[in-house]
Amino acid sequence: MATQTITVNVNGEAKTAEVEDRLLLVHFIRDNHGLTGTHIGCDTTHCGACTVLLDETAVKSCTVFAVQANGRNVTTIEGMEGDALHPLQEGFMEEHGLQCGFCTPGMIMSSKHLLDKNLNPTEEEIRRGISGNLCRCTGYVNIVKAVQYASNKLQETSAD
Amino acid sequence: MIPGSFDYHAPTTVDEAIKLLGELGDDAKILAGGHSLIPMMKLRLAEPTHLVDINGISDLDYIKEENGYLCIGAMTRESALEVSELIAEKYPILKDTSEVIADPLVRNLASVGGNIAHGDPANDHPATMVALGAEVIAKGPGGMLTGGERTISIDDFFKGPLMTDLGQNEILTEIKIPTPNGKCGAAYKKLERKVGDYAIAGVAVALQFDGDSCSSAGIGLTNVGPTPIRASDAQDALEGTSVSDDDINKAAELAAAAAQPVGDHRGSEEYKRAMVKTLACRAMQTAKDRAEGGS
Ligand SMILES: Cc1cc2nc3c(=O)[nH]c(=O)nc-3n(C[C@H](O)[C@H](O)[C@H](O)COP(=O)(O)OP(=O)(O)OC[C@H]3O[C@@H](n4cnc5c(N)ncnc54)[C@H](O)[C@@H]3O)c2cc1C
Ligand code: FES
Ligand code: FES
Repeated sequence: MATQTITVNVNGEAKTAEVEDRLLLVHFIRDNHGLTGTHIGCDTTHCGACTVLLDETAVKSCTVFAVQANGRNVTTIEGMEGDALHPLQEGFMEEHGLQCGFCTPGMIMSSKHLLDKNLNPTEEEIRRGISGNLCRCTGYVNIVKAVQYASNKLQETSAD
Repeated sequence: MIPGSFDYHAPTTVDEAIKLLGELGDDAKILAGGHSLIPMMKLRLAEPTHLVDINGISDLDYIKEENGYLCIGAMTRESALEVSELIAEKYPILKDTSEVIADPLVRNLASVGGNIAHGDPANDHPATMVALGAEVIAKGPGGMLTGGERTISIDDFFKGPLMTDLGQNEILTEIKIPTPNGKCGAAYKKLERKVGDYAIAGVAVALQFDGDSCSSAGIGLTNVGPTPIRASDAQDALEGTSVSDDDINKAAELAAAAAQPVGDHRGSEEYKRAMVKTLACRAMQTAKDRAEGGS
């Protein structure tokens, strides 16, 4: 059984563990470190519930090995809140962007990637940006509004 | 789902990776974006005992024009093709293609080299590369003179489902596409059931014109055979014509005849053939419009 000792910076905190080479990043996050906000929906790279940021990039953490994240930064939903909720989290609350909430962490991480690249996306760009994330409840309308809410709020703060 | 056990290796140069592949033998596999390989490993359809991760090799990630070619490094992500200004301006067919591959999260990691090296006829780049007459650069251990590098014509690259001309210890390092010259245009059209699904069918068309007459045509088909298919009869039929509606219709029928679809959950054989015809018409029309300066 091949193992390695890896250190991954998760939400700003260095996490070191001895892991099997085959351990998936999502299991490292959830099982080794108890950060269960990152969900496993399909486990087949389709649903996006497991989305996290690897450095700056949104990826499906069920399709990356933990050893590939060695020495890198991972941001999960737990890392979004600073002193207050992140405008995206606020947006999902204000605009009713969730029902059961299962897809929400992934939706928020994908949207974070989108807004980091493009602070003022069109509705079309938002829909494309979250097209790798499936929601079985909402029908997406309010999710789009939630992202627009965050986009507006972030633009206001960057204009201040 | 948990993949089988393997040893992970992370070389930082191509030479080191080739050496590792040689030493580790048949049970070693290259890990690129991992978005075909890891799902297969989870299903135990692939059980490599060694993975050679090439993500840490920095000089495989580039998009540049050089000596009459567009050169794409194997580890260039689909998401990079999607946003490249050079690609949008001069090679819109590559933007057409990358935009319809999987979903944005998959495209953040999936590599262009992996899309071709995987040899999956359902993948979208292969047909586009067939239409564009691309060349694949592979690097292996080789001798003193060649440095182990060889150039493979795209027509010789695909050997069967998930089978390519690459040797076990060869790495696909680059894809080369001739730069556009004079009046020409190309387009890719794919029909999919939903975002993130593989093609029901896809058609790539590249047209070169001499004045108003088509001097050469490249047509590639996605997911309607064991490999990407070059629709040679359709290409021949277009050459020397003005690519009128009538010419397009005739060539599209020949493209549909060249398809070898099998019926499955994405549709019956007849349906897929009919879709090849429709997509071929649309791709030819867009390619022609682009050659004439439209988008
Ligand atoms: C949900 C989902 C939907 C998808 N939909 C589409 C789609 O619509 N269209 C499409 O085209 N693709 C689709 N894909 C596949 C995706 O584009 C893959 O990422 C791609 O096929 C393989 O690229 P990769 O970099 O991930 O390669 P990997 O998965 O890392 O590798 C694939 C194979 O190629 C070999 N390999 C990789 N790179 C090299 C190299 N440089 N030299 C030699 N061998 C190499 C590996 O050893 C392995 O056998 C989808 C994937 C998923 C998960
Ligand atoms: S759990 Fe990773 S994509 Fe569904
Ligand atoms: S809120 Fe239930 S899956 Fe999206």
